[in-house]
Amino acid sequence: MAWLNLLPLAIDLVLALTLLWLAWRALSSPDLFRAVVLFIALGLVLGLVWVRLDAVDIALAEIALGAGVTGALLLAALAKLQPGATDSAEPASAAEFAAALEGDPDTPRPALAERAATGTAPIALGSTLDERPVGAAAGTAPIALRWLIALLLIPPCIGLGLVVWQLWVPAPGLTDLVAARLDESGVTYPVTAVLLNFRGYDTLLELAVLLLALIGVWSLSPAPHLDDAEPEPALAALSRLLAPLMILVAAYLVWIGAQAPGGAFQAGSVLGAAGVLLRLSGWRLSPRATGWPLRLALVLGVAVFAFIGLAVIGLGQPLLGYPAGWAKPAILAIELAATLSIGTILAALFIGGRP
Amino acid sequence: MNSVLVFALAGVGLILLGLYALLVQRHLLRKVLAFNVISSGIFLILAGLARRAPGAEPDPVPQAMVLTGIVVAVAATALALAMIQALRTATGRTRLDDDGED
Amino acid sequence: MLVSLSILLLLAGAVFFLAGTLGLLRFPDVYTRLHALTKADNLGLGLIVLGLMLQADSLAAAGKLLFIWLLLLAASATAGQLVASWAQGKGIKPWRG
Repeated sequence: MAWLNLLPLAIDLVLALTLLWLAWRALSSPDLFRAVVLFIALGLVLGLVWVRLDAVDIALAEIALGAGVTGALLLAALAKLQPGATDSAEPASAAEFAAALEGDPDTPRPALAERAATGTAPIALGSTLDERPVGAAAGTAPIALRWLIALLLIPPCIGLGLVVWQLWVPAPGLTDLVAARLDESGVTYPVTAVLLNFRGYDTLLELAVLLLALIGVWSLSPAPHLDDAEPEPALAALSRLLAPLMILVAAYLVWIGAQAPGGAFQAGSVLGAAGVLLRLSGWRLSPRATGWPLRLALVLGVAVFAFIGLAVIGLGQPLLGYPAGWAKPAILAIELAATLSIGTILAALFIGGRP
Repeated sequence: MNSVLVFALAGVGLILLGLYALLVQRHLLRKVLAFNVISSGIFLILAGLARRAPGAEPDPVPQAMVLTGIVVAVAATALALAMIQALRTATGRTRLDDDGED
Repeated sequence: MLVSLSILLLLAGAVFFLAGTLGLLRFPDVYTRLHALTKADNLGLGLIVLGLMLQADSLAAAGKLLFIWLLLLAASATAGQLVASWAQGKGIKPWRG
Protein backbone atom coordinates (compact mmCIF):
# COMPACT_ATOMS: atom_id res chain seq x y z
CA MET A 1 0.00 0.00 0.00
CA ALA A 2 2.91 2.30 -0.68
CA TRP A 3 0.78 4.35 -3.03
CA LEU A 4 -1.20 5.60 -0.03
CA ASN A 5 1.81 7.69 0.92
CA LEU A 6 1.54 9.45 -2.40
CA LEU A 7 -2.14 10.26 -1.88
CA PRO A 8 -1.61 13.65 -0.16
CA LEU A 9 0.80 14.66 -2.90
CA ALA A 10 -1.71 13.59 -5.54
CA ILE A 11 -4.45 15.63 -3.86
CA ASP A 12 -2.18 18.66 -3.72
CA LEU A 13 -1.29 18.21 -7.36
CA VAL A 14 -4.99 18.08 -8.27
CA LEU A 15 -5.63 21.22 -6.20
CA ALA A 16 -2.74 23.08 -7.83
CA LEU A 17 -3.85 22.11 -11.33
CA THR A 18 -7.43 23.15 -10.47
CA LEU A 19 -6.08 26.55 -9.39
CA LEU A 20 -4.24 27.05 -12.65
CA TRP A 21 -7.17 25.86 -14.75
CA LEU A 22 -9.67 28.07 -12.91
CA ALA A 23 -7.37 31.09 -13.24
CA TRP A 24 -6.92 30.50 -16.95
CA ARG A 25 -10.66 30.10 -17.54
CA ALA A 26 -11.52 33.09 -15.40
CA LEU A 27 -9.08 35.34 -17.23
CA SER A 28 -9.92 34.17 -20.74
CA SER A 29 -13.69 33.77 -20.53
CA PRO A 30 -15.46 36.03 -23.02
CA ASP A 31 -18.45 36.46 -20.72
CA LEU A 32 -17.55 38.83 -17.89
CA PHE A 33 -20.11 37.44 -15.46
CA ARG A 34 -18.73 33.94 -15.92
CA ALA A 35 -15.23 35.30 -15.40
CA VAL A 36 -16.21 36.84 -12.07
CA VAL A 37 -17.96 33.68 -10.87
CA LEU A 38 -14.95 31.57 -11.83
CA PHE A 39 -12.78 34.03 -9.93
CA ILE A 40 -14.91 33.51 -6.81
CA ALA A 41 -14.53 29.76 -7.27
CA LEU A 42 -10.76 30.30 -7.56
CA GLY A 43 -10.86 32.08 -4.19
CA LEU A 44 -12.67 29.15 -2.59
CA VAL A 45 -10.21 26.55 -3.94
CA LEU A 46 -7.39 28.83 -2.81
CA GLY A 47 -8.90 28.66 0.70
CA LEU A 48 -8.57 24.87 0.55
CA VAL A 49 -4.95 25.26 -0.54
CA TRP A 50 -4.20 27.50 2.42
CA VAL A 51 -5.53 24.82 4.75
CA ARG A 52 -3.29 22.27 3.05
CA LEU A 53 -0.37 24.65 3.65
CA ASP A 54 -1.13 24.82 7.40
CA ALA A 55 -2.11 28.46 7.14
CA VAL A 56 -5.57 28.47 8.68
CA ASP A 57 -5.66 32.22 9.36
CA ILE A 58 -4.95 32.89 5.71
CA ALA A 59 -7.69 30.42 4.75
CA LEU A 60 -10.21 32.27 6.93
CA ALA A 61 -9.18 35.62 5.49
CA GLU A 62 -9.09 34.37 1.90
CA ILE A 63 -12.57 32.88 1.99
CA ALA A 64 -14.13 35.82 3.76
CA LEU A 65 -12.23 38.58 1.94
CA GLY A 66 -10.75 37.15 -1.22
CA ALA A 67 -13.74 35.10 -2.30
CA GLY A 68 -16.56 36.75 -0.37
CA VAL A 69 -16.05 40.49 -0.21
CA THR A 70 -14.07 40.74 -3.45
CA GLY A 71 -16.72 38.66 -5.19
CA ALA A 72 -19.49 40.90 -3.89
CA LEU A 73 -17.55 44.02 -4.97
CA LEU A 74 -16.93 42.61 -8.46
CA LEU A 75 -20.55 41.57 -8.96
CA ALA A 76 -21.82 44.95 -7.78
CA ALA A 77 -19.40 46.73 -10.11
CA LEU A 78 -20.44 44.44 -12.97
CA ALA A 79 -24.08 45.31 -12.43
CA LYS A 80 -23.27 49.02 -12.49
CA LEU A 81 -21.14 48.68 -15.63
CA GLN A 82 -23.99 47.32 -17.72
CA PRO A 83 -24.54 49.24 -20.94
CA GLY A 84 -27.32 51.65 -20.24
CA ALA A 85 -27.27 50.97 -16.53
CA THR A 86 -25.67 54.33 -15.84
CA ASP A 87 -26.22 57.73 -17.40
CA SER A 88 -23.11 57.48 -19.53
CA ALA A 89 -22.23 58.86 -22.94
CA GLU A 90 -24.86 57.38 -25.21
CA PRO A 91 -23.15 56.67 -28.56
CA ALA A 92 -20.43 54.42 -27.22
CA SER A 93 -22.67 52.37 -24.97
CA ALA A 94 -25.52 52.03 -27.43
CA ALA A 95 -23.20 50.89 -30.20
CA GLU A 96 -21.52 48.37 -27.96
CA PHE A 97 -24.85 47.15 -26.67
CA ALA A 98 -26.11 46.59 -30.20
CA ALA A 99 -22.90 44.95 -31.28
CA ALA A 100 -23.01 42.67 -28.27
CA LEU A 101 -26.51 41.51 -28.97
CA GLU A 102 -25.84 41.15 -32.70
CA GLY A 103 -29.24 42.38 -33.44
CA ASP A 104 -32.09 44.52 -32.32
CA PRO A 105 -31.13 46.74 -29.38
CA ASP A 106 -34.77 47.31 -28.57
CA THR A 107 -35.46 43.78 -27.44
CA PRO A 108 -32.72 42.77 -25.09
CA ARG A 109 -34.86 40.46 -23.05
CA PRO A 110 -34.89 37.27 -25.15
CA ALA A 111 -31.15 37.47 -25.67
CA LEU A 112 -30.60 37.92 -21.95
CA ALA A 113 -32.87 35.01 -21.16
CA GLU A 114 -31.04 32.88 -23.69
CA ARG A 115 -27.69 33.70 -22.18
CA ALA A 116 -28.93 33.16 -18.64
CA ALA A 117 -30.47 29.83 -19.55
CA THR A 118 -27.24 28.58 -21.01
CA GLY A 119 -25.12 30.02 -18.24
CA THR A 120 -23.90 27.60 -15.66
CA ALA A 121 -23.47 29.99 -12.77
CA PRO A 122 -26.14 29.53 -10.10
CA ILE A 123 -25.76 32.90 -8.41
CA ALA A 124 -27.02 35.95 -10.25
CA LEU A 125 -27.16 39.39 -8.76
CA GLY A 126 -27.84 41.20 -12.02
CA SER A 127 -27.77 40.87 -15.77
CA THR A 128 -24.99 38.92 -17.36
CA LEU A 129 -24.08 41.00 -20.34
CA ASP A 130 -20.57 41.78 -21.40
CA GLU A 131 -19.71 44.45 -23.89
CA ARG A 132 -17.90 42.36 -26.47
CA PRO A 133 -18.74 38.71 -25.91
CA VAL A 134 -17.86 37.72 -29.44
CA GLY A 135 -14.28 36.96 -30.18
CA ALA A 136 -11.33 37.45 -27.93
CA ALA A 137 -9.64 39.48 -30.65
CA ALA A 138 -11.96 42.44 -30.14
CA GLY A 139 -11.27 42.60 -26.43
CA THR A 140 -7.57 41.92 -26.38
CA ALA A 141 -4.45 43.18 -28.06
CA PRO A 142 -3.74 42.09 -31.66
CA ILE A 143 -2.51 38.56 -32.05
CA ALA A 144 1.07 39.39 -32.93
CA LEU A 145 1.39 41.49 -29.82
CA ARG A 146 -0.12 38.72 -27.74
CA TRP A 147 2.46 36.21 -28.94
CA LEU A 148 5.22 38.70 -28.30
CA ILE A 149 4.04 39.35 -24.76
CA ALA A 150 3.72 35.63 -24.06
CA LEU A 151 7.24 34.97 -25.35
CA LEU A 152 8.65 37.85 -23.32
CA LEU A 153 6.93 36.71 -20.14
CA ILE A 154 8.10 33.12 -20.23
CA PRO A 155 11.83 33.60 -19.44
CA PRO A 156 11.23 35.67 -16.28
CA CYS A 157 8.67 33.19 -15.06
CA ILE A 158 10.99 30.28 -15.71
CA GLY A 159 13.61 32.21 -13.78
CA LEU A 160 11.17 32.73 -10.92
CA GLY A 161 10.35 29.04 -10.96
CA LEU A 162 14.04 28.17 -10.75
CA VAL A 163 14.51 30.54 -7.83
CA VAL A 164 11.54 28.99 -6.05
CA TRP A 165 12.93 25.52 -6.73
CA GLN A 166 16.30 26.40 -5.29
CA LEU A 167 14.73 28.03 -2.24
CA TRP A 168 13.16 24.74 -1.27
CA VAL A 169 15.53 23.73 1.45
CA PRO A 170 14.50 23.46 5.08
CA ALA A 171 15.12 26.85 6.63
CA PRO A 172 13.75 27.90 9.96
CA GLY A 173 13.20 31.49 8.92
CA LEU A 174 12.02 33.50 11.91
CA THR A 175 10.13 30.69 13.64
CA ASP A 176 12.66 30.29 16.43
CA LEU A 177 12.93 34.00 17.05
CA VAL A 178 9.19 34.31 17.37
CA ALA A 179 8.92 31.23 19.58
CA ALA A 180 11.61 32.55 21.89
CA ARG A 181 9.83 35.84 22.53
CA LEU A 182 6.26 34.56 22.38
CA ASP A 183 5.77 34.77 26.16
CA GLU A 184 6.43 38.49 26.21
CA SER A 185 4.09 39.18 23.35
CA GLY A 186 0.87 38.92 25.33
CA VAL A 187 -0.75 36.21 23.22
CA THR A 188 -0.01 32.54 22.74
CA TYR A 189 -0.62 32.23 19.00
CA PRO A 190 2.43 33.13 16.89
CA VAL A 191 0.65 34.71 13.92
CA THR A 192 -1.35 37.06 16.14
CA ALA A 193 1.82 37.91 18.05
CA VAL A 194 3.59 38.78 14.81
CA LEU A 195 0.65 40.79 13.49
CA LEU A 196 -0.10 42.85 16.55
CA ASN A 197 3.13 42.97 18.46
CA PHE A 198 6.30 42.14 16.58
CA ARG A 199 5.17 43.62 13.25
CA GLY A 200 2.53 45.91 14.65
CA TYR A 201 3.76 48.78 12.49
CA ASP A 202 2.76 46.89 9.33
CA THR A 203 -0.70 46.25 10.74
CA LEU A 204 -1.15 49.89 11.68
CA LEU A 205 -0.28 50.95 8.15
CA GLU A 206 -2.54 48.26 6.72
CA LEU A 207 -5.48 49.68 8.65
CA ALA A 208 -4.54 53.09 7.32
CA VAL A 209 -4.48 51.71 3.75
CA LEU A 210 -8.01 50.37 4.20
CA LEU A 211 -9.16 53.76 5.42
CA LEU A 212 -7.41 55.52 2.55
CA ALA A 213 -9.11 53.25 0.03
CA LEU A 214 -12.47 54.12 1.55
CA ILE A 215 -11.65 57.84 1.40
CA GLY A 216 -10.73 57.38 -2.25
CA VAL A 217 -13.98 55.57 -3.00
CA TRP A 218 -15.98 58.19 -1.12
CA SER A 219 -14.33 61.02 -2.97
CA LEU A 220 -15.37 59.60 -6.31
CA SER A 221 -19.11 59.53 -5.99
CA PRO A 222 -22.01 60.02 -3.64
CA ALA A 223 -23.84 56.92 -2.45
CA PRO A 224 -26.19 55.39 -5.02
CA HIS A 225 -29.77 56.37 -4.49
CA LEU A 226 -31.71 53.25 -3.62
CA ASP A 227 -35.38 52.82 -4.16
CA ASP A 228 -37.24 51.66 -1.09
CA ALA A 229 -38.56 48.63 -2.87
CA GLU A 230 -39.74 45.74 -0.80
CA PRO A 231 -36.77 43.41 -0.34
CA GLU A 232 -37.09 39.76 -1.15
CA PRO A 233 -38.80 38.13 1.86
CA ALA A 234 -36.57 35.05 1.75
CA LEU A 235 -33.41 37.15 1.77
CA ALA A 236 -34.78 39.37 4.53
CA ALA A 237 -35.59 36.32 6.66
CA LEU A 238 -32.18 34.81 6.05
CA SER A 239 -30.43 38.02 7.00
CA ARG A 240 -32.47 38.25 10.18
CA LEU A 241 -31.18 34.78 11.03
CA LEU A 242 -27.60 35.25 9.89
CA ALA A 243 -26.66 38.79 10.86
CA PRO A 244 -26.76 38.28 14.66
CA LEU A 245 -24.97 34.97 14.17
CA MET A 246 -22.23 36.64 12.14
CA ILE A 247 -21.73 39.26 14.82
CA LEU A 248 -21.38 36.45 17.35
CA VAL A 249 -18.89 34.63 15.13
CA ALA A 250 -16.90 37.84 14.70
CA ALA A 251 -16.72 38.35 18.45
CA TYR A 252 -15.62 34.74 18.89
CA LEU A 253 -12.92 35.09 16.23
CA VAL A 254 -11.49 38.19 17.88
CA TRP A 255 -11.37 36.51 21.25
CA ILE A 256 -9.96 33.21 20.06
CA GLY A 257 -7.27 34.95 18.00
CA ALA A 258 -5.04 35.09 21.03
CA GLN A 259 -4.59 31.34 21.14
CA ALA A 260 -5.83 29.86 17.87
CA PRO A 261 -6.35 30.94 14.26
CA GLY A 262 -8.48 34.04 14.31
CA GLY A 263 -7.96 37.65 15.11
CA ALA A 264 -9.06 41.11 14.13
CA PHE A 265 -8.91 40.77 10.33
CA GLN A 266 -10.89 37.59 10.07
CA ALA A 267 -13.46 38.90 12.54
CA GLY A 268 -13.62 42.23 10.73
CA SER A 269 -14.18 40.51 7.42
CA VAL A 270 -17.08 38.49 8.87
CA LEU A 271 -18.56 41.75 10.17
CA GLY A 272 -18.10 43.31 6.74
CA ALA A 273 -19.85 40.35 5.14
CA ALA A 274 -22.72 40.80 7.62
CA GLY A 275 -22.91 44.43 6.54
CA VAL A 276 -23.04 43.42 2.87
CA LEU A 277 -25.80 40.89 3.62
CA LEU A 278 -27.84 43.47 5.50
CA ARG A 279 -27.40 45.96 2.71
CA LEU A 280 -28.56 43.43 0.11
CA SER A 281 -31.63 42.54 2.13
CA GLY A 282 -32.84 46.08 2.36
CA TRP A 283 -31.62 47.34 5.71
CA ARG A 284 -30.68 51.00 5.70
CA LEU A 285 -28.67 52.92 8.23
CA SER A 286 -30.73 55.74 9.69
CA PRO A 287 -29.61 59.15 8.36
CA ARG A 288 -28.57 60.39 11.79
CA ALA A 289 -26.17 57.47 12.17
CA THR A 290 -24.37 58.23 8.94
CA GLY A 291 -22.91 61.40 10.35
CA TRP A 292 -20.32 61.30 13.07
CA PRO A 293 -21.17 57.85 14.51
CA LEU A 294 -20.33 56.20 11.19
CA ARG A 295 -17.14 58.20 10.81
CA LEU A 296 -16.15 57.44 14.36
CA ALA A 297 -16.57 53.71 13.75
CA LEU A 298 -14.48 53.99 10.59
CA VAL A 299 -11.47 55.70 12.15
CA LEU A 300 -11.58 53.98 15.52
CA GLY A 301 -9.16 51.21 14.52
CA VAL A 302 -6.40 53.46 13.25
CA ALA A 303 -7.04 55.98 16.02
CA VAL A 304 -6.77 53.49 18.89
CA PHE A 305 -3.77 51.76 17.37
CA ALA A 306 -1.92 55.02 16.72
CA PHE A 307 -2.87 56.41 20.12
CA ILE A 308 -1.53 53.37 21.96
CA GLY A 309 1.54 53.29 19.75
CA LEU A 310 2.34 56.91 20.45
CA ALA A 311 1.30 56.90 24.10
CA VAL A 312 3.91 54.29 25.00
CA ILE A 313 6.58 56.73 23.88
CA GLY A 314 5.62 58.80 26.89
CA LEU A 315 6.38 55.77 29.05
CA GLY A 316 9.88 55.52 27.68
CA GLN A 317 9.22 52.73 25.17
CA PRO A 318 9.93 52.89 21.44
CA LEU A 319 7.02 53.42 19.05
CA LEU A 320 4.47 50.63 19.48
CA GLY A 321 6.59 48.97 22.15
CA TYR A 322 4.09 47.81 24.72
CA PRO A 323 5.40 47.99 28.30
CA ALA A 324 5.97 44.70 30.04
CA GLY A 325 2.74 43.15 31.28
CA TRP A 326 0.57 45.59 29.31
CA ALA A 327 0.85 43.75 26.02
CA LYS A 328 -2.29 41.64 26.38
CA PRO A 329 -4.71 44.46 27.27
CA ALA A 330 -3.18 46.68 24.62
CA ILE A 331 -3.56 44.00 21.95
CA LEU A 332 -7.12 43.29 23.04
CA ALA A 333 -8.09 46.95 22.86
CA ILE A 334 -6.47 47.34 19.46
CA GLU A 335 -8.12 44.20 18.11
CA LEU A 336 -11.60 45.20 19.26
CA ALA A 337 -11.33 48.66 17.74
CA ALA A 338 -9.77 47.26 14.58
CA THR A 339 -12.53 44.66 14.15
CA LEU A 340 -15.23 47.32 14.31
CA SER A 341 -13.36 49.53 11.90
CA ILE A 342 -12.54 46.81 9.40
CA GLY A 343 -16.14 45.60 9.33
CA THR A 344 -17.48 49.10 8.82
CA ILE A 345 -14.91 49.95 6.16
CA LEU A 346 -15.62 46.78 4.18
CA ALA A 347 -19.38 47.33 4.28
CA ALA A 348 -18.88 50.98 3.27
CA LEU A 349 -16.61 49.91 0.39
CA PHE A 350 -19.38 47.65 -0.85
CA ILE A 351 -21.99 50.41 -0.66
CA GLY A 352 -19.60 52.48 -2.68
CA GLY A 353 -20.34 56.12 -2.13
CA ARG A 354 -20.26 58.70 0.58
CA PRO A 355 -23.50 58.89 2.57
CA MET B 1 7.73 19.37 1.63
CA ASN B 2 7.21 18.27 -1.95
CA SER B 3 3.58 19.25 -2.02
CA VAL B 4 4.52 22.69 -0.75
CA LEU B 5 6.84 23.06 -3.74
CA VAL B 6 3.91 22.08 -5.98
CA PHE B 7 1.86 24.95 -4.58
CA ALA B 8 4.70 27.42 -4.87
CA LEU B 9 5.21 26.49 -8.53
CA ALA B 10 1.47 26.85 -9.02
CA GLY B 11 1.93 30.35 -7.60
CA VAL B 12 4.52 31.06 -10.29
CA GLY B 13 2.05 29.78 -12.87
CA LEU B 14 -0.65 32.08 -11.52
CA ILE B 15 1.75 35.04 -11.75
CA LEU B 16 2.46 34.16 -15.39
CA LEU B 17 -1.25 33.84 -16.24
CA GLY B 18 -2.12 37.03 -14.41
CA LEU B 19 0.66 39.08 -15.99
CA TYR B 20 -0.28 37.90 -19.45
CA ALA B 21 -3.93 38.74 -18.90
CA LEU B 22 -3.05 42.11 -17.36
CA LEU B 23 -1.05 43.10 -20.43
CA VAL B 24 -3.28 41.63 -23.09
CA GLN B 25 -6.86 42.17 -21.93
CA ARG B 26 -8.32 45.59 -22.58
CA HIS B 27 -11.42 45.70 -20.43
CA LEU B 28 -10.52 47.33 -17.13
CA LEU B 29 -12.53 44.91 -15.02
CA ARG B 30 -10.51 42.03 -16.47
CA LYS B 31 -7.34 43.87 -15.55
CA VAL B 32 -8.61 44.01 -11.96
CA LEU B 33 -9.22 40.25 -12.06
CA ALA B 34 -5.72 39.71 -13.44
CA PHE B 35 -4.22 41.86 -10.69
CA ASN B 36 -6.00 39.73 -8.07
CA VAL B 37 -4.71 36.53 -9.67
CA ILE B 38 -1.15 37.89 -9.58
CA SER B 39 -1.61 38.70 -5.88
CA SER B 40 -2.82 35.18 -5.19
CA GLY B 41 0.24 33.77 -6.94
CA ILE B 42 2.57 35.89 -4.84
CA PHE B 43 0.77 34.83 -1.67
CA LEU B 44 1.15 31.18 -2.62
CA ILE B 45 4.91 31.59 -2.94
CA LEU B 46 5.09 33.43 0.39
CA ALA B 47 2.98 30.89 2.24
CA GLY B 48 5.05 28.12 0.72
CA LEU B 49 8.17 29.83 2.03
CA ALA B 50 6.53 29.83 5.45
CA ARG B 51 6.24 26.07 5.30
CA ARG B 52 9.97 25.50 4.87
CA ALA B 53 10.58 25.54 8.59
CA PRO B 54 11.69 22.17 9.92
CA GLY B 55 9.32 20.89 12.53
CA ALA B 56 5.57 21.08 12.73
CA GLU B 57 5.13 24.82 13.17
CA PRO B 58 5.14 26.97 10.05
CA ASP B 59 6.96 30.26 10.05
CA PRO B 60 4.46 32.87 11.26
CA VAL B 61 6.04 35.95 9.69
CA PRO B 62 5.33 35.19 5.99
CA GLN B 63 1.83 34.09 7.00
CA ALA B 64 1.25 37.44 8.68
CA MET B 65 2.55 39.17 5.55
CA VAL B 66 0.13 37.23 3.36
CA LEU B 67 -2.74 38.16 5.68
CA THR B 68 -1.77 41.82 5.36
CA GLY B 69 -1.48 41.38 1.61
CA ILE B 70 -4.98 39.94 1.25
CA VAL B 71 -6.51 42.88 3.07
CA VAL B 72 -4.53 45.39 1.02
CA ALA B 73 -5.54 43.61 -2.20
CA VAL B 74 -9.21 43.91 -1.24
CA ALA B 75 -8.79 47.62 -0.53
CA ALA B 76 -6.99 48.17 -3.83
CA THR B 77 -9.64 46.21 -5.72
CA ALA B 78 -12.43 48.28 -4.19
CA LEU B 79 -10.71 51.54 -5.10
CA ALA B 80 -9.95 50.30 -8.63
CA LEU B 81 -13.58 49.30 -9.16
CA ALA B 82 -14.80 52.68 -7.96
CA MET B 83 -12.41 54.39 -10.37
CA ILE B 84 -13.61 52.21 -13.25
CA GLN B 85 -17.19 53.19 -12.48
CA ALA B 86 -16.21 56.86 -12.35
CA LEU B 87 -14.44 56.50 -15.71
CA ARG B 88 -17.54 54.85 -17.11
CA THR B 89 -19.81 57.62 -15.87
CA ALA B 90 -17.51 60.31 -17.20
CA THR B 91 -16.65 58.91 -20.63
CA GLY B 92 -18.92 55.93 -21.24
CA ARG B 93 -15.98 53.59 -21.85
CA THR B 94 -14.43 50.83 -19.80
CA ARG B 95 -11.13 50.83 -21.63
CA LEU B 96 -8.28 53.24 -21.42
CA ASP B 97 -7.92 55.81 -24.19
CA ASP B 98 -4.72 54.62 -25.77
CA ASP B 99 -5.79 50.98 -25.98
CA GLY B 100 -6.51 50.82 -29.68
CA GLU B 101 -9.83 51.59 -31.27
CA ASP B 102 -13.03 50.86 -29.55
CA MET C 1 -14.97 0.49 13.29
CA LEU C 2 -16.16 4.04 13.78
CA VAL C 3 -13.48 5.18 11.39
CA SER C 4 -14.57 2.81 8.63
CA LEU C 5 -18.21 3.88 9.06
CA SER C 6 -17.08 7.48 8.84
CA ILE C 7 -15.09 6.77 5.68
CA LEU C 8 -18.15 5.10 4.18
CA LEU C 9 -20.28 8.15 4.92
CA LEU C 10 -17.64 10.47 3.46
CA LEU C 11 -17.52 8.43 0.27
CA ALA C 12 -21.32 8.43 0.02
CA GLY C 13 -21.29 12.20 0.43
CA ALA C 14 -18.71 12.50 -2.33
CA VAL C 15 -20.91 10.40 -4.62
CA PHE C 16 -23.84 12.73 -4.02
CA PHE C 17 -21.65 15.74 -4.77
CA LEU C 18 -20.56 14.09 -7.99
CA ALA C 19 -24.20 13.53 -8.90
CA GLY C 20 -25.03 17.14 -8.13
CA THR C 21 -22.15 18.42 -10.24
CA LEU C 22 -23.18 16.16 -13.09
CA GLY C 23 -26.67 17.60 -12.84
CA LEU C 24 -25.29 21.13 -12.86
CA LEU C 25 -23.43 20.43 -16.06
CA ARG C 26 -26.03 18.43 -17.91
CA PHE C 27 -29.47 19.66 -16.95
CA PRO C 28 -31.28 21.76 -19.55
CA ASP C 29 -32.40 24.89 -17.69
CA VAL C 30 -31.93 27.00 -14.57
CA TYR C 31 -34.71 25.42 -12.54
CA THR C 32 -33.56 21.82 -12.94
CA ARG C 33 -29.98 22.87 -12.23
CA LEU C 34 -31.19 24.43 -8.99
CA HIS C 35 -32.70 21.08 -8.06
CA ALA C 36 -29.36 19.39 -8.58
CA LEU C 37 -27.47 22.01 -6.62
CA THR C 38 -29.69 22.43 -3.62
CA LYS C 39 -30.89 18.87 -3.12
CA ALA C 40 -27.98 16.67 -4.09
CA ASP C 41 -25.26 18.95 -2.78
CA ASN C 42 -26.92 19.51 0.57
CA LEU C 43 -27.53 15.81 1.05
CA GLY C 44 -23.92 15.14 0.12
CA LEU C 45 -22.79 17.75 2.61
CA GLY C 46 -25.01 16.22 5.28
CA LEU C 47 -23.41 12.82 4.76
CA ILE C 48 -19.92 14.31 4.85
CA VAL C 49 -20.75 16.20 8.04
CA LEU C 50 -22.12 13.02 9.59
CA GLY C 51 -18.95 11.18 8.67
CA LEU C 52 -16.81 13.97 10.17
CA MET C 53 -18.94 14.08 13.30
CA LEU C 54 -18.06 10.45 13.97
CA GLN C 55 -14.39 11.44 14.00
CA ALA C 56 -14.84 14.65 15.97
CA ASP C 57 -12.74 15.30 19.05
CA SER C 58 -15.55 16.38 21.32
CA LEU C 59 -19.29 16.76 21.47
CA ALA C 60 -18.91 20.51 21.00
CA ALA C 61 -16.94 20.04 17.79
CA ALA C 62 -19.57 17.59 16.49
CA GLY C 63 -22.30 20.08 17.36
CA LYS C 64 -20.47 22.83 15.48
CA LEU C 65 -20.23 20.62 12.39
CA LEU C 66 -23.97 19.92 12.54
CA PHE C 67 -24.61 23.63 12.90
CA ILE C 68 -22.55 24.34 9.79
CA TRP C 69 -24.74 21.95 7.83
CA LEU C 70 -27.95 23.54 9.12
CA LEU C 71 -26.69 27.03 8.23
CA LEU C 72 -25.78 25.86 4.76
CA LEU C 73 -29.24 24.37 4.31
CA ALA C 74 -30.81 27.72 5.15
CA ALA C 75 -28.42 29.66 2.93
CA SER C 76 -28.73 27.41 -0.10
CA ALA C 77 -32.52 27.24 0.20
CA THR C 78 -32.68 31.03 0.21
CA ALA C 79 -30.21 31.30 -2.66
CA GLY C 80 -32.19 28.76 -4.67
CA GLN C 81 -35.42 30.67 -4.13
CA LEU C 82 -33.76 33.95 -5.11
CA VAL C 83 -32.26 32.55 -8.31
CA ALA C 84 -35.54 30.88 -9.28
CA SER C 85 -37.58 34.03 -8.70
CA TRP C 86 -35.05 36.12 -10.65
CA ALA C 87 -35.20 33.64 -13.53
CA GLN C 88 -38.97 33.77 -13.50
CA GLY C 89 -38.85 37.56 -13.49
CA LYS C 90 -36.63 37.46 -16.58
CA GLY C 91 -39.18 35.29 -18.32
CA ILE C 92 -37.16 32.10 -18.52
CA LYS C 93 -39.60 29.28 -19.17
CA PRO C 94 -39.08 25.90 -17.52
CA TRP C 95 -37.82 23.25 -19.88
CA ARG C 96 -40.59 21.08 -21.21
CA GLY C 97 -39.22 17.88 -22.40
